[in-house]
Amino acid sequence: MSALDSPWIEVCPIDSIPLRGCRVVRTRHMQIALFRTASDEVFALENRCPHKNGPLSEGIVHDRKVTCPLHNWVISLESGEATGADKGCTRSFPVRLDKGRVYLEASVATAP
Amino acid sequence: MASHAKQRLVVVGNGMAPGRALERLFETAPDAYDVTIFNAEPRVNYDRIMLSPVLSGDKSFEEIVIHGDGWYVKHGVTLYKGAKVTRIDRAARTVTAEFVPSRSGQPSLQPPVTVSYDKLIVATGSNPIIIPVPGHDLPGVLTYRDLDDVEAMLLAAKSRGSAVVIGGGLLGLEAAAGLQAQGMDVTVVHLMPTLMERQLDPAAGHLLQRAIEARGIKVLTRANTKAIVGSGRVEGVELDNGTRLPADLIVMAVGIRPNMQLAKEAGITVNRGIVVDATMRTSDPDIFALGECAEADGQVFGLVAPLYEMANTAAAQLVGDAAAGFKSSATATKLKVTGINLYSAGDFAEAKDREEIVLRDATRGVYRRLVLKDNRIIGAVMYGDTSDGPWFFDMLKRGTDVADMRETLIFGQNYAGGIPLDPAAAVAALPDDAEICGCNGVCKGKITGAIAGLGLKSLDEVRAHTKASASCGSCTGLVEQLLKAQLGDAYNPAAVQPMCGCTDLGHDDVRRLIVAKELKSIPQLMQELEWKTSCGCAKCRPALNYYMICSWPGEYEDDSQSRFINERVHANIQKDGTYSVVPRMWGGQTSAKELRAIADIVDKYKIPTVKVTGGQRIDMLGVAKEDLPGVWADLSAAGMVSGHAYAKGLRTVKTCVGTDWCRFGTQDSTGLGVKLEKFMWGSWTPAKVKLAVSGCPRNCAEATCKDIGVVCIESGYDIHYAGAAGLEIKGTELLGHVATEEETIEVIGALTQLYREQGRYLERIHKWAKRVGFDTIRQQIMEDVERRRALYGRFVFSQQFAQNDPWAERAQGKDAHEFTPVADLTLHEAAE
Repeated sequence: MSALDSPWIEVCPIDSIPLRGCRVVRTRHMQIALFRTASDEVFALENRCPHKNGPLSEGIVHDRKVTCPLHNWVISLESGEATGADKGCTRSFPVRLDKGRVYLEASVATAP
Repeated sequence: MASHAKQRLVVVGNGMAPGRALERLFETAPDAYDVTIFNAEPRVNYDRIMLSPVLSGDKSFEEIVIHGDGWYVKHGVTLYKGAKVTRIDRAARTVTAEFVPSRSGQPSLQPPVTVSYDKLIVATGSNPIIIPVPGHDLPGVLTYRDLDDVEAMLLAAKSRGSAVVIGGGLLGLEAAAGLQAQGMDVTVVHLMPTLMERQLDPAAGHLLQRAIEARGIKVLTRANTKAIVGSGRVEGVELDNGTRLPADLIVMAVGIRPNMQLAKEAGITVNRGIVVDATMRTSDPDIFALGECAEADGQVFGLVAPLYEMANTAAAQLVGDAAAGFKSSATATKLKVTGINLYSAGDFAEAKDREEIVLRDATRGVYRRLVLKDNRIIGAVMYGDTSDGPWFFDMLKRGTDVADMRETLIFGQNYAGGIPLDPAAAVAALPDDAEICGCNGVCKGKITGAIAGLGLKSLDEVRAHTKASASCGSCTGLVEQLLKAQLGDAYNPAAVQPMCGCTDLGHDDVRRLIVAKELKSIPQLMQELEWKTSCGCAKCRPALNYYMICSWPGEYEDDSQSRFINERVHANIQKDGTYSVVPRMWGGQTSAKELRAIADIVDKYKIPTVKVTGGQRIDMLGVAKEDLPGVWADLSAAGMVSGHAYAKGLRTVKTCVGTDWCRFGTQDSTGLGVKLEKFMWGSWTPAKVKLAVSGCPRNCAEATCKDIGVVCIESGYDIHYAGAAGLEIKGTELLGHVATEEETIEVIGALTQLYREQGRYLERIHKWAKRVGFDTIRQQIMEDVERRRALYGRFVFSQQFAQNDPWAERAQGKDAHEFTPVADLTLHEAAE
C-alpha cells in the first residue's frame, strides 16, 4: 500500500500539544513525537535522535527544529535530518491539520 | 543482504593511528567493510598527545575524546571495550579476545570472543619501558602512557607529597610539569647530561633546564637510578652516587618499546617492531600493522605525524589504491608545557659537511640554531621564540635552497628578503600545502577552503569542520591569522562573545537591557533586542528564562518550554530515556520513616537501581516517565520534597555531624547545614550550587571544594567559596570570617544573590568569581555592609516565590500532559 492512498487517523486536538512543545504517540513498534512550533505547525518524527536514540520529544523546540536533550544535536522537524556539522537522519511522517485536529496516516500505527 | 557481501575488517587496538585509518576509510569507502575494533582500554578513542593537559588540569578527558560512542554507532563499527586480543589464528583467519579484569581486579564474567576477518589491522602500540632496578614493582611506581596512568597520578598528587620522574625526555618533562601543577614537589632524574637530548642540542637543553627549574621543579642530570626503595610501597629513589631522594610517587618515562608480542606469536615477521612494507602490509599480506608497533623502512616511530601518514597509507590500500605508499619524513617536536616554547625538527647533530647558523639572545631567553647541508636546512632547534618553526620546517621538508637568504635566514620569515612582514602576511604567503596543524595533519589549503566553502567565521567552526587547532592548540594563532587574512574585519576575536547565533549581544548586555528596558517576557525581549530567529534556540532560551526569573521575581511567569527537560519534568533524564529521582534529605539527615517510604516506592514501581549520591542523599534510577507523578505522590505523602538534583539551582548542603556527636566538632555543623538548606532550597541560579558545612578544620564535609563552604572553628565560621570538584578541581577562596550563624546565613544569602545577578547562565561560581575578581566580591559582601544587606534582602524576597515543592504540585496534576502520551495507536489495526 502506498502512502498516498493510506487513510488518515485523528490523533489529538492541536491544543493538547504545548506551544513550542511536543507530545508522544505510541504505535505498535515505536514512539512518534508530535511537535508544535511557535506558529502552530505540527511535525511528526520518530522519537529517536539519529545520534544515540535520545528522546527528541523532550528537547527544546525552536523554529522548525528541535534540540535533542541528550547531546544537543539539532534536528530539522521538516526532514528529520541533523543540522550543522552533525550527520544523521531520523524518520519523519506526514501530518495533516484540519480544524484544529491533528491527523497521521493510518499506516504509521503498524509501521515497523 | 548487502552486508553479507562486505568484507570483514578487524582492528586490534583503538589508538590514534587506527582511529585515523578508519576515519580515512569511512571518508572514501563508507560501505566497504564491516569493522570490528578491540580496545584493551575500557573506553573510546582519545587524543594521547593531550594527556599532559589532562594531567595538569587544563583539559578534561571529555575534551580529548576523538571519537565518542556516537561515531562508532554512526559508522556501524562494533567496538569491544576492555577486550584484549590474545590470539591471531592466521590459518582460520580469526582473532580471539578476552575481557580484561575490572580496575578493582574483579575477573570479567564475559567469555572470550572470536571474530573472523578478511583483513586485519594490528595496532597494538607500545609499552612503556620499565627499568628493571630493584623495587621497580613497588606500589607507587607508575608509567605515563594512557588515561589510567594519568588518573593514578592525579590520585597520588592529592597527597601533595613528593614525586620523582625518571626520564627527562618529552613525556617525562610533561609529566613533571603536570604533577607540579597538581601541587606535588617534583624532581626529574635524567641519565644524560642535558634534557631532551634526542630533540635538542646541549645549548637548548640547558635553557630548557633553567626554565624547568625556574618553575620549582628540581632537575638532576647524569643521574643513574640504582634502586627504588620502600617497604610495602614506594618511599624513595636511590641513585648510584649514593643520593637518596624521598618520593611518594615515581613516574618512569624513559621510553617506549613496540608491543609486538601478539604478532610474534602469530608467526608474523618482527624485528624492532612488526615489520611492514611501504603499503603497511606485514609478512602476511592480509594483515596490516601501523602505529607505534610497526617498523617501516627500518625505523619505528613515536610522534603522531608519521603515524597518521601510516594510517592514511593503510586506509588507501584497504580500498585498493595500490599506489599509496608510506614515506618517513622529518618530524617536528613541541613541548606541551605552558610558558615554555620549544621547537625542534630534523637532524641537528654536528658533522663535517654541515654548517650552522646560531642566534642567541640571552636576556630574552631566545636561542635558534639551523643546521644546513648544501644550502638546505636539515635541522632546526628553537627555544623562546618559536614562531618561525613552521616556516623553517616547511623549507626543511621541501629541501628549499636557502643560499639567497642566508644573511637574514635566522631572523625568520619577517626578515626574509629584507622586508619585515606582518604576521598575517607571513601566513598568507605560505603555500596551500603547508601544514598548519601537525596533530591532525591539516594543511593551509584545507582550512582556507573550508572557511570559504562553508562560510566559517570563528575558530570553533574551523575546529569543528577541519579539526585544525582542535588537539593541542599550539597552531591556534596560525588558524586565527588565516581567518583574519580571509575574512578581514569580519573576523574579530576580541569582540564580545554573543550568547548564541540568534543575537550579536553578549550575556552581560542582555542582562543589562532586561533591567534597563524592563523586558519581562521572552517574546518581548526577542522583539526589542532584534533576535535573528523567530523563537531563539536551545542555547539562549534557557538562559533568557533564567535571567527573567532572576530579574523579575514574582512577576515573570516561568516558561517551561524554555527549560531543559530535567528542569521541565523535575527529574534527571538518563541515557535510556528513563529518569532518576532524588528527594531532599536536609543536611544529609534521614530517618527510618523516610527510608521505609523509599523502600516501599522502589518495590512498588520496580525501580532498578538505588544509589547513594555524593551529596549525601539517595538516588532512585530508572524510573519510567509515566511513573514520575506516582513516585512523587508517595514521596510527598511521606513528607519528602524534591531535591532539585536536576536544577541550575541549590542542590545539596553536605554536612558532618559536628558537636552533636563528634569529639572534635566546634559548632553545630549539621544544624547550620539544615538551616542553610531550608533557607536556600528552590532558588534558581546561573548554574548548580552545592554547599557544605564542616564542624572543624578536619573538614569531613569537604567544604573547601564546594561552590560555597563553611568551616567551623572555635571562634565562629570561616566562609569559603568558588571551589570546584568536577571537570576542574580547585580549592575554595576564603571570603571572610564571622562569629554567628545569623551572620553566616546573611553572608551566604548575599553572596548567592550577587552571583545570581552577575553570573552568566551555566557559569559556575568559581568561573564567575575569577571573571569579576575575588577582591571585588569580598569588598561588596564583607566590607560594604549596606550592599550586603541589600543583596540579602533581594534574595529573601525572591525566595518567597521560589519555595513551592514542584513534586507535590505535579503529583496533584500540574503539567499532567508532560507525563502521558497524547495518543496510543498500539491497538489500531491498519486499514486496508
